[in-house]
Amino acid sequence: MTFTIANTLADVLVALAAGARPIAGGTDLVVGARQGKDSLPETLIAIDRVGELRTIEAADDHTRIGSGVTHSMLVSDPLIVEQFTAIADAAALVGSPATRNVGTIGGNVMNGSPAMDTGAPLVVLGAEAELSTTAGSRRVSLDELWVSPGRTSAQTDELCTALVLPNPPDGAGSAYVRLEYRRAMEIAVVGAAAAVTLDGDVITAVRIALTAVAPTILELADLSGLSGRAVDESFFAAVASAASEQAAPISDLRASDRYRRHTIGVMARRATEAAVRRAQGEVIDVPVNRALGVGAAS
Amino acid sequence: MTNTIELTVNGVPYPVSIATDRNLSGVLRNEIGLTGTKEGCDDCECGACMVLLDGQPVNACSYLAVQAQGREITTVEGLASGEDMHPLQRNILATGGVQCGFCTPGMLMSAHALLERSPDPTLEEIKIGLSGNLCRCTGYARILDAVEATAVEINS
Repeated sequence: MTFTIANTLADVLVALAAGARPIAGGTDLVVGARQGKDSLPETLIAIDRVGELRTIEAADDHTRIGSGVTHSMLVSDPLIVEQFTAIADAAALVGSPATRNVGTIGGNVMNGSPAMDTGAPLVVLGAEAELSTTAGSRRVSLDELWVSPGRTSAQTDELCTALVLPNPPDGAGSAYVRLEYRRAMEIAVVGAAAAVTLDGDVITAVRIALTAVAPTILELADLSGLSGRAVDESFFAAVASAASEQAAPISDLRASDRYRRHTIGVMARRATEAAVRRAQGEVIDVPVNRALGVGAAS
Repeated sequence: MTNTIELTVNGVPYPVSIATDRNLSGVLRNEIGLTGTKEGCDDCECGACMVLLDGQPVNACSYLAVQAQGREITTVEGLASGEDMHPLQRNILATGGVQCGFCTPGMLMSAHALLERSPDPTLEEIKIGLSGNLCRCTGYARILDAVEATAVEINS
């Protein structure tokens, strides 16, 4: 078993082409190996010191989050907190301070868990994953990337180098909430992200994605009927019932399928309510779970 | 494969020869002989193994030791200055925040990192700072008191 620490992206891509597997914070890889799920790969290349992967860059029409950006960096970045707030809500809930210091957004996305916290926010904010090899880069939608629990469509020589997001329009707001049983080192029982755009009191766009109720992060379909409507009780009720109807949850040690199907409606509604309030200009501190007392009690 | 590397712990360089899959807590305890860092759950749940890597708390049970080379590792042994306890150590004893003591090194490291970053934290910030550390004895109240008392001491 060999281990190398890379200093440049070029070094990483050459190593992956030769069969190495990347390690960033190791919060999934090492924990999984120690639990006996999968043994560590034979050849590891550490990517956590590659500066090119650890930047957040804003352009006129899009923002590029390097895959090596940690959850702690996301939560403390003013651009993410102000413009891509649902991502900050999610990053602030991941693990504990120790997990957030070394765990990365690229690791969260490429681990492919249906319970990943940053996944649903990335979906509703329209993110694409940038996958790179020594030959070049391509962008794929997250829907195309996530195949099944723990599986992505990326090739073994491809590294996720960034998540690329369109900059939100004026009047947009987003939020992520999750149901949890304790306030640290928790995996979402269920979770929901919402991104809404308002023109006055009228909804002009809405996207909602769900965590831990399907084999991959699930974006709600057929929401076009909700655009053009006013923000009112019937709108939020429609969101909740769409989430409960479209969810395809399983029963496991964290919750039964029936409980998940019910609570996902509640979480989708709360995420949407918070996203609307933010779109209206209200500042709700990150994460929404703590600011509004959603999820586990204090 | 054995990696011959150097780990810098509390400012002291330690040469070690270790397999790639060894975790940092095990190497600190067995090869380097610093047993203040505890192994609790070995699963990133309890925080007893918390050490600082370049000043940031990390679960050493689930961090590869080889990945810590070139970084500054701080363990609970690095808190005191000679015979003088760190204010956090003194205060956690004074408030009664130590019972069995197994969580204490990890609590101290998380609290130390928090106060270095945020010397005047709110109670909520202290709770978040310690949220990766479990204690089954104290009920946490006296540990939180110790961190608050230390913050007052630092800021006075």
